Amino acid sequence: MLSPGFVLFLSAAYLGLLFAVARFGDARADAGKSIISANVYALSLAVYCTSWTFYGSVGRATSGGLSFLTIYIGPTLMLLCVGVIIKMIRISKAQRVTSIADFIASRYGKSQLLAGLVTVIAVIGVVPYIALQLKAVSASLQILFQTSGGEFLPGMIDSTFIIAALLALFTILFGTRHLDATERHEGMVAAIAFESVVKLAAFLAVGVFVTYGMFGGLSDLFQRAAAAPELARLLQMDSSRAGTWTALILLSGLAIIFLPRQFQIIVVENVDEAHLKRAVWLFPLYLVAINIFVLPLALGGLLHFQGQDFNPDTFVLTLPLARGAESLALLVFIGGLSAATGMVIVETIALSTMVCNDLVMPWLLRARWLGVGERKDLSGVLLGIRRAAIILILLLGYIYFRAAGEAYALVGIGLISFAAVAQFAPAMFGGMYWKQGTRAGAVAGLLGGFFVWLYTLLLPSFAKSGWIANGFVEQGLWGIHALKAQALFGLSGLDEISHSLWWSFLVNIGLYLLVSLYSKPDAVEAGQAERFVDIFRHGARDTDARLWRGTASVDELVSLLERFLGPFRARQQLAAYAAAQGTSDWHALPADAGFVRFAEAQLSGAIGSASARVMVASVAREEDLGLEEVLDILDEATQVRAYSRELESKSRELEAATADLREANERLRELDRMKDDFISTVTHELRTPLTSIRALSEMLHDDPKMDLVDRKRFLGIIVNEAERLTRLINQILDMAKLESGRAEWTTAEVDLGEVARETMESLGQLFREKGVTLEGEIPAQGPVVLADRDRLTQVMINLLSNAVKFVPGETGLVQVRVMANDSEVRVEVADNGPGLTVEEYNVIFEKFRQGGNTMTNKPQGTGLGLPISRQIVEYFGGNLWVESRPGAGAKFIFTVPLPASEE
Amino acid sequence: MKRANPMRQRLAALGLLSVPMLTYPLLSLPQGEIAGIPAPYLYLFGMWTLLIVLAAVVAERRGK
Repeated sequence: MLSPGFVLFLSAAYLGLLFAVARFGDARADAGKSIISANVYALSLAVYCTSWTFYGSVGRATSGGLSFLTIYIGPTLMLLCVGVIIKMIRISKAQRVTSIADFIASRYGKSQLLAGLVTVIAVIGVVPYIALQLKAVSASLQILFQTSGGEFLPGMIDSTFIIAALLALFTILFGTRHLDATERHEGMVAAIAFESVVKLAAFLAVGVFVTYGMFGGLSDLFQRAAAAPELARLLQMDSSRAGTWTALILLSGLAIIFLPRQFQIIVVENVDEAHLKRAVWLFPLYLVAINIFVLPLALGGLLHFQGQDFNPDTFVLTLPLARGAESLALLVFIGGLSAATGMVIVETIALSTMVCNDLVMPWLLRARWLGVGERKDLSGVLLGIRRAAIILILLLGYIYFRAAGEAYALVGIGLISFAAVAQFAPAMFGGMYWKQGTRAGAVAGLLGGFFVWLYTLLLPSFAKSGWIANGFVEQGLWGIHALKAQALFGLSGLDEISHSLWWSFLVNIGLYLLVSLYSKPDAVEAGQAERFVDIFRHGARDTDARLWRGTASVDELVSLLERFLGPFRARQQLAAYAAAQGTSDWHALPADAGFVRFAEAQLSGAIGSASARVMVASVAREEDLGLEEVLDILDEATQVRAYSRELESKSRELEAATADLREANERLRELDRMKDDFISTVTHELRTPLTSIRALSEMLHDDPKMDLVDRKRFLGIIVNEAERLTRLINQILDMAKLESGRAEWTTAEVDLGEVARETMESLGQLFREKGVTLEGEIPAQGPVVLADRDRLTQVMINLLSNAVKFVPGETGLVQVRVMANDSEVRVEVADNGPGLTVEEYNVIFEKFRQGGNTMTNKPQGTGLGLPISRQIVEYFGGNLWVESRPGAGAKFIFTVPLPASEE
Repeated sequence: MKRANPMRQRLAALGLLSVPMLTYPLLSLPQGEIAGIPAPYLYLFGMWTLLIVLAAVVAERRGK
């Protein structure tokens, strides 16, 4: 059944399915209905799991136990730094970054040198990794063919080559649809997400098959492994490798964002920042799932093939085949193919963009005097270059795979690749968070780190493969022991990866910091540093336009766009820009700084920021602003922002002040109105007794013959009314003093019980005259409060005389009660009078309002007693209120707080 | 000035706190086996999954 032809047919059919998925994704994207959801984005990140994961993890587990997990824990931890990744995405979108090389170059002044350097490091570091994928496909094909006993297809070339060619075709079709590299490849992403599902399913299937089909479950497998002495050590942690463990977590954490394919998927292909929220946990969950059966598979393979010579890297395939489960083996093969092809496709797209924009374009632009420059439309050439780069990279990978064979230089390349791209970390992180980092520093750091990596990791791997003499590893370069490649300056006891990582980072970070601090950025750099580091603040491009000054012509810029983007797309973008500027015709656009920025951004998307800058500079005569002026402008921009913020807060304050004023004005008017009311009431109240005094006096004056009894009665009334008038005037004066705050207060220790007793005594005559019983329930001593004795007496007199006024004669009863709790003294004056209605309740504390019906009864007081009492009590921090029901008497209560006890 | 995004900060804090949980010297603590399964295997996958679950809770919580 497993004839080579069938296997190849199946592979081709699977790749055909990928084409279909990708086409579907692209078609939906073109129709404006993107299928890239948060889940698809998270799954596409799993392009991280290559065939090195699919086949190689089991191999690593057979020698290192659980240490393979570090490669997946690192990314889990790195992804949690969502802020860093979102910043990368924001910057990339604002600057139209096409690749990691473009990102670094753009940050450090759109430097062609840096872009080229990063590209070279990436290509050297990653092409062998592509070769490793091809090797995995080839190895899995061989195993399937071996079992079937067949040979390679007669008369045909190597099947791996066919696969590589199909991959190149796929990548060209779906990776170079648009010229604009910042345009997303949604079809490709959809295909990658699909592949991620396939490889996970295949791996889980073989894991379950081996663990539960060939062995009696997880614990059985572990028990049998524990019984074998050479396997038992794989089950426990090895503390002596603690340093390696941490180093690998760091390394893989950096790789998840700096591998060109990861940068492509995470940053360039990102549709929506919010998708990251899903990826932050779904992708790690995927990693857990794909790793759960790795150790069981490794143990299973070691137990099953004990004593035989089997490559542990292929256990995933050979185990099911050993049991004759051919269809499962085919599924596994497809899973491995998925893992390999996914990686190859994305990596090739990312690398080809870098090679085209950052290596070929600069050369081409310099050589444009030789003829390329005269061609009208360069967009076709650009696409051609990118396609050629794809083919070239895959071909390089294939050649490397053929040349290396089983050599160590291929098998160990996974981590070596990681260590290569980790060299981007200082320049990337420094560029995103440190404005002082300069181009010179970045170049120095990258070069230094790269050479240390080359010397301590890549070249020794060549030496191990026997391609070059291994003298520099064994004895040190030129026989100097301190230069031994994997024990630099005698540093030993580390594994080769940690050793290389430590030294390369020391050199890389050290040079980056030192050179940055001792070099001066140029104007472009300073501007870019500002835009990168403060990307969250520079939401809109407020400073962009002012950082460019010079003369340009619209026609020249448009023809530049047409040459690189193609006339159709150029016009499309121009129309969109014109619409955004509020004009319908782009011919009428002014050739201002904004337009130049627009043109440069469009070109950046197509040919990278460094080349775009050179091209724009070739048609526009830019004035050199100089570092000082750029810094001034940036500073000014910061100041303008600060001023506008200040202005905002000032205007807010102003609004608040206006509102306060309005409120105060309202209050004043209200007080004014109250004063008028008060005066008219007071005049009215004063006139009543005056009128009666005057009337009676006139009668006495006019009628000298009035008899003595009447005369006496009238005079008594006059005296009473005069007294009332005096009292009224006194109280009004009192009230006015209290309200204006000019009353004089003396504060002393006052025994409230004593005050109550004295008041009751002094008013005793009044009660006895009316036949009203006065009872007191007052403690013999205290309570003592801090208050004005006379004022409190005034309150007591007020309440008691009120009470006696309203209770009925003979049966009347007034009770006075004084009690104290922890915080205050409470004084109650209760009577059995008619009580208060709800309306009265609310008004008796208002000035000149009295209880009882004022229309029918003669007013019995001035109507000022209760308001004054309340003012007094409140002055001392207490309350005065009444509890009453009609017919059930009234109870006036006031409280005065006790002085805080002194410790 | 905008306040720092609390979700991002929580996730970053989770990541920072997880580093010591998933590296030495804590890793050398689980030894032997539980229910026939090696303790380091259980510890690593358990801790890892717990971290992912916490991240999911933080990330997917609806913002107010």
